[in-house]
Amino acid sequence: MIPRPKPKKFRLRRTMMFMNAQKPKLIRDAYIYGCDSIILDLEDAVAENQKDAARFSLYHALKNIDYGDTEVIVRINGLDTPHWQEDIRCVVAGGADGLRIAKCESADDVRQVEAHVLAAEREFGVEEGRTLLMAALESPKGIMNAYDIVTASPRMFGCAISGGDFRKSMHVQIVRGGIEMLTARGLVLLAARAAGVQCFDTMYPFIDDTEGFEAEVRQNREMGFDGKSIVNPRQIRYVHETFAPTEKEIAYAEKLIRSFNEQANQGVGVYTVDGKMVDIPFFEDAHRVLALAKACDVYRGDL
Amino acid sequence: MRNAVGREIPDELLNTGYEGYKGKFYRDGTIFQKQSPRVRRYGKPQESKVCQSIREACQQCGAHDGMTVSFHSDFRNGDYVASMVMKVLVEDMGLTDLTVAATSLGNAQDLIADYIAQGKVIGIQTSGVRGRIGEVISQGKLKTPAIIRSHGGRPRAIECGEVHIDITFLAAASADPLGNAKGTGGKHNCGSLGFAVLDAKYADHVVIVTDTLVEFPNLPAAIDCMDVDCVCVVDEVGDPAKIATKEARVTKNPRELMMAEAVADVIAATPYFKDGFSFQTGVGGPSLAVNRFLEKHMTDKNIKMGFALGGMSSVICQMQDKGLVEKLLDAQDFDAVAIEHLAQHSDRHHEISVSAYANPANKGAYVNYLDYAVLGALEIDTHFNVNVTTGSDGVLRGAPGGHPDAAAGSKCCIIVTPLIRNRIATVCQDVVTVTTPGDCVDVLVTDYGIAVNPQRQDLEDCLDKAGIAHVDIKTLQEKAYQILGTPDDLKWGDKVVAIQEARDGTVLDVVRQVISI
Repeated sequence: MIPRPKPKKFRLRRTMMFMNAQKPKLIRDAYIYGCDSIILDLEDAVAENQKDAARFSLYHALKNIDYGDTEVIVRINGLDTPHWQEDIRCVVAGGADGLRIAKCESADDVRQVEAHVLAAEREFGVEEGRTLLMAALESPKGIMNAYDIVTASPRMFGCAISGGDFRKSMHVQIVRGGIEMLTARGLVLLAARAAGVQCFDTMYPFIDDTEGFEAEVRQNREMGFDGKSIVNPRQIRYVHETFAPTEKEIAYAEKLIRSFNEQANQGVGVYTVDGKMVDIPFFEDAHRVLALAKACDVYRGDL
Repeated sequence: MRNAVGREIPDELLNTGYEGYKGKFYRDGTIFQKQSPRVRRYGKPQESKVCQSIREACQQCGAHDGMTVSFHSDFRNGDYVASMVMKVLVEDMGLTDLTVAATSLGNAQDLIADYIAQGKVIGIQTSGVRGRIGEVISQGKLKTPAIIRSHGGRPRAIECGEVHIDITFLAAASADPLGNAKGTGGKHNCGSLGFAVLDAKYADHVVIVTDTLVEFPNLPAAIDCMDVDCVCVVDEVGDPAKIATKEARVTKNPRELMMAEAVADVIAATPYFKDGFSFQTGVGGPSLAVNRFLEKHMTDKNIKMGFALGGMSSVICQMQDKGLVEKLLDAQDFDAVAIEHLAQHSDRHHEISVSAYANPANKGAYVNYLDYAVLGALEIDTHFNVNVTTGSDGVLRGAPGGHPDAAAGSKCCIIVTPLIRNRIATVCQDVVTVTTPGDCVDVLVTDYGIAVNPQRQDLEDCLDKAGIAHVDIKTLQEKAYQILGTPDDLKWGDKVVAIQEARDGTVLDVVRQVISI
């Protein structure tokens, strides 16, 4: 049995890679690709009459495979199915780091899941509060309730927008440039930042369309997402490179922090760096950039 | 005695004049006399060397019991000629005690397995052995130990007279009635005839077998009519579907792509990656994909490859057509695009013999000028020894080919292989058979991580500088055993069934009879 350390609510989650929990060949060493989180799927990837088999495979994978630093999240079936309660027992008993609530629409959904998670933790002797939660927002209603959802439980580390179902409810298709999801992405991001949790974009479904994928990833970063759902290991590298701070951003952050330390010693509050007025929030952001650069293993300086 | 890779070499072998392996350049600088063939004069003008049948050619060349015949493998698994000829020798002519010296043997020559079992064929010398032939040899049915030599070791042994070929039967795509022969211009083209060239120079008798007879002179020819005794015309020299694929496909397997990308990253992090660098190319799963990722690094750094060496495919040909590769040095072709490319671009796509390619006894084989060789492995052990000869069950089922040659010659030899293959640990404590010694191997790239041979501290530093993580090879082996458990030792019989020669003719390892298969 492989003991996993207590999951961290806030950690690097640039890539969350989906894998069918029923496919041992896929999940036995999914960590080798270097994604930050893997999402073992009990929901859409698993046929209705295979749910038991998938849970069995998932439980043994969690118990026997050393996923190391890779976070292991399980996507459970929706609350409108007969499967989700047993899914939760399996996830908690296996010791996954967290679970992803599919088609989450309200704070009540979160509280209902949380209650079952707590019960399962007690049932299987797992530390109470250990199992983290994230919400997948897949419907207009879920997106409108985003803030309530992400603040419904202290276990909640973030939310992901899920494009497939959402586009269907909105009667739109995937469009280059992402205009069809612009408002939804914006709303979800606002809710997540307001609540102080992370926010992840939907997966890009066309594996061979590298150009389209890369354009979407760049837009994700420009909009302020923390990471992205992915469906193929080939997508990892570009996301990681794009979400890491650039050399320019790192250099500026270093300059800010060094100058702040000097100015603070001399009792100065507001001053200018490179002709731009800076104050406390700039330094906080500079620290965030350096922390992210370190987490992404692109920082070579000494701060 | 134990040789330099820690393998026990039996005395009875050492008593026959063999030495154990003593390091990769042990015989460098030694002097030897090249052997020459015993040939017949054709002083009187003749209009044609075409024979009515293979049997007639065999008789004309004095086929006899106990002789050694040779074949080449440029038609790969599509070759019909070796089986066709062996059938005539054994079944029509009733010959026995034959030795087959081939550049490779596989499923296409399964018939020879029967002749081994019947005792008609008593010796096998080859650079690769797959299919049923490997199984019967491993069962101990071949009278004398098979000799496995690399692509460079085979021409060395021929030149030194360690193997003397009585008749060579060389399949050709096209030939004229006097024997000028090539791998293109016929019904079934294989491209380069790099495997065949040396045999034409060193065999006592040379028989060309083709399905496309063209007008004299069929030039430029890979095999010159002055070396040819007979020409045989048959219906088909091979099965086109198995000679070459239409176009080699780059894998879509994410695991292979990840490893290929890591290999390209390693290459780009080393000092030899500069304008004019050279690269051994092939078509194994990840190694073909390496070309693609390498292309990206080359474009980024604005550098070109000086030459690509080895087995050609559409991928490397297209890179040349984009102006990224100056010269292609072609010992064999794997797809129709490469075959056509060789025929069309004689100014920059050159056919070379395997002797020129890899022979350690010539005055500087092309492998010696290689910067990078990217090679596969069936197994690699914690001493970086590589096995591409036997399966984990001990049965002969691999083809060393140019593996040991490119590894020894190149400045940076990178082995790329998954850690685990079908529940078998690729990275292991001790390989079943040492095909390529660890002193020739520099970097191992697996899906679970990268390891650098400790003798290459310089390369370790390069990777560190580039931020490429690497681990001790022992860590990878332990990871494999942790997942799979520790494999049981193989149970061998006493009989030596095959000798794995090093490139220089010393003994790297022996393969013994397997107890049960």
